[in-house]
Amino acid sequence: MTTTDTALPSTARMGVSRGWVETLQFFRDRTALIFSFLFPALLLLLFGTIFADDYDHPGLSAARIFSASMIAYGIVATSFITMGVGIATDREDGTLKRLRGTPVTATAYFLGKLIMVAVLTAAEVVVLLAVGVILFDLSLPTDAGRWFTFGWLFVLSVVACGLLGIAASALVRSARTAGAVLNVPVVALQFISGVFIHPITQLPDWMITVASIFPVKWMAQGFKSVFLPDTAAGFEAGGAWEHGRIALVLLAWCVIGSVLCLVTFRWTNTRDA
Amino acid sequence: MTAIEVTSLRKTYGSRPAVAGIDLSVPHGEVFALLGPNGAGKTTTVEILEGHRRRDSGEVRVLGQDPATGGRAWRARIGIVLQSATDAADLTVAETVRHLAGFYPRPRSAAEVIELVGLSAQAKAKVRALSGGQRRRLDVALGIVGRPEVVFLDEPTTGFDPQARRQFWQLVRALAAEGTTILLTTHYLDEAEALADRLAVIAAGALVAEGTPATLGGRAGAGATVEWTGPNGRESEQTTDPAPLIARLTAAGVDLTSLTVTRPSLEDTYLTLIGEQR
Repeated sequence: MTTTDTALPSTARMGVSRGWVETLQFFRDRTALIFSFLFPALLLLLFGTIFADDYDHPGLSAARIFSASMIAYGIVATSFITMGVGIATDREDGTLKRLRGTPVTATAYFLGKLIMVAVLTAAEVVVLLAVGVILFDLSLPTDAGRWFTFGWLFVLSVVACGLLGIAASALVRSARTAGAVLNVPVVALQFISGVFIHPITQLPDWMITVASIFPVKWMAQGFKSVFLPDTAAGFEAGGAWEHGRIALVLLAWCVIGSVLCLVTFRWTNTRDA
Repeated sequence: MTAIEVTSLRKTYGSRPAVAGIDLSVPHGEVFALLGPNGAGKTTTVEILEGHRRRDSGEVRVLGQDPATGGRAWRARIGIVLQSATDAADLTVAETVRHLAGFYPRPRSAAEVIELVGLSAQAKAKVRALSGGQRRRLDVALGIVGRPEVVFLDEPTTGFDPQARRQFWQLVRALAAEGTTILLTTHYLDEAEALADRLAVIAAGALVAEGTPATLGGRAGAGATVEWTGPNGRESEQTTDPAPLIARLTAAGVDLTSLTVTRPSLEDTYLTLIGEQR
């Protein structure tokens, strides 16, 4: 055996290959597609229709605000929950055990998951924006500055939620309960983070303080800043869009998420493996 | 050099010893079967050799490397055939094999492997649509696509129908003919007898016998029982060498159609070894 023909494939190449099969599998699994993918859009339809013009703010219907804030929920649903449930499933159905017996690296596996989650989340955002634009007069921004904000906000949100999903998968005992377990903190956070309730200032102060620790409030605030007129910033807890703080909190969660992944990730259900 | 070398291997779960001091040595190119009842420690042993499980003590070398610290280059040289995986249900057979092949430095072609395990007709079928036997053959395909030097097969034919088992045996023989070292666990005696160059019987975490299928547990040296119908009805005699006895019976005019010579079957030997009576 010579060394020239035995070079192991690079992590980047294997990660892209993982990303491709992960995405393929997700889109072929109809149940997953319908439940995790169309659920946020259904919620937007309901909230937007029920609370149609609840606020007395000229040119700003409640439906339009929901169209912006619900993007934060869509990202959490597809990044955090899909990641958490996906890894718990991989641990149970033998995917991880199989991969661990091959020369693939753990980084390539995670890279593949992040690629899949990013593709999925981008599609989710497109669906939500379509509902918002078609039904609830959401207008897409025309200036580059807002799209730039959207870009970094999307990347930081997906990475932070994805990494936290990987970490959370360690807490989940089985794939069957993963969805239920992970949805509890997610739905609770939507209520206190200004995603389902507007304006956030009607919540008790302590709730806003708790919400401010987690990424969802900042994501919702950020997406509202992209898709709503600047006058709507007055509805936020801080009375402003606070882009610097949003970036900082999300970056901090990316770091915390990475550390938690390294500390908590397990290849299998057994403790000693 | 030996492909697999195990010395005084121990592993305890809680207070229950699963593996209580096992020694094994498998040379390159050999098909070695680990035989034993459920719970004897077969799977634990194999998982330690695969690097899937940590050991408590003992020395283990697979292709000269300790599996607990085996890196990517080492993993590229071993092949693991999973026992009960249900992964990749939404991919096709060909997609799954091609994907795994991409992790190895010099894989076999996906089409070649699929052909080898007899799944060419199912190459475009979704994995979830495969029958149990086809699914296990896909597991074999995924275990050998990287051109491994050592293949681990843990109870590969459990749940197979007889025809599927025969096909599977052909596959194992084909791999062995290419010089692949194969470690097989099974609780089917005919399987061990059909495939293994050597085998070891493991019971309650310890090796109780080791040998070839013909010599295991002193089977070759064990006495034969000669039975025939004489003038006074059915008669029998134990002997280590039946030839002179048969010559004597022939000379005495005994009806040879009534004569039988039996040696302990592998199953008799096995059951004695693991301490059960028939």
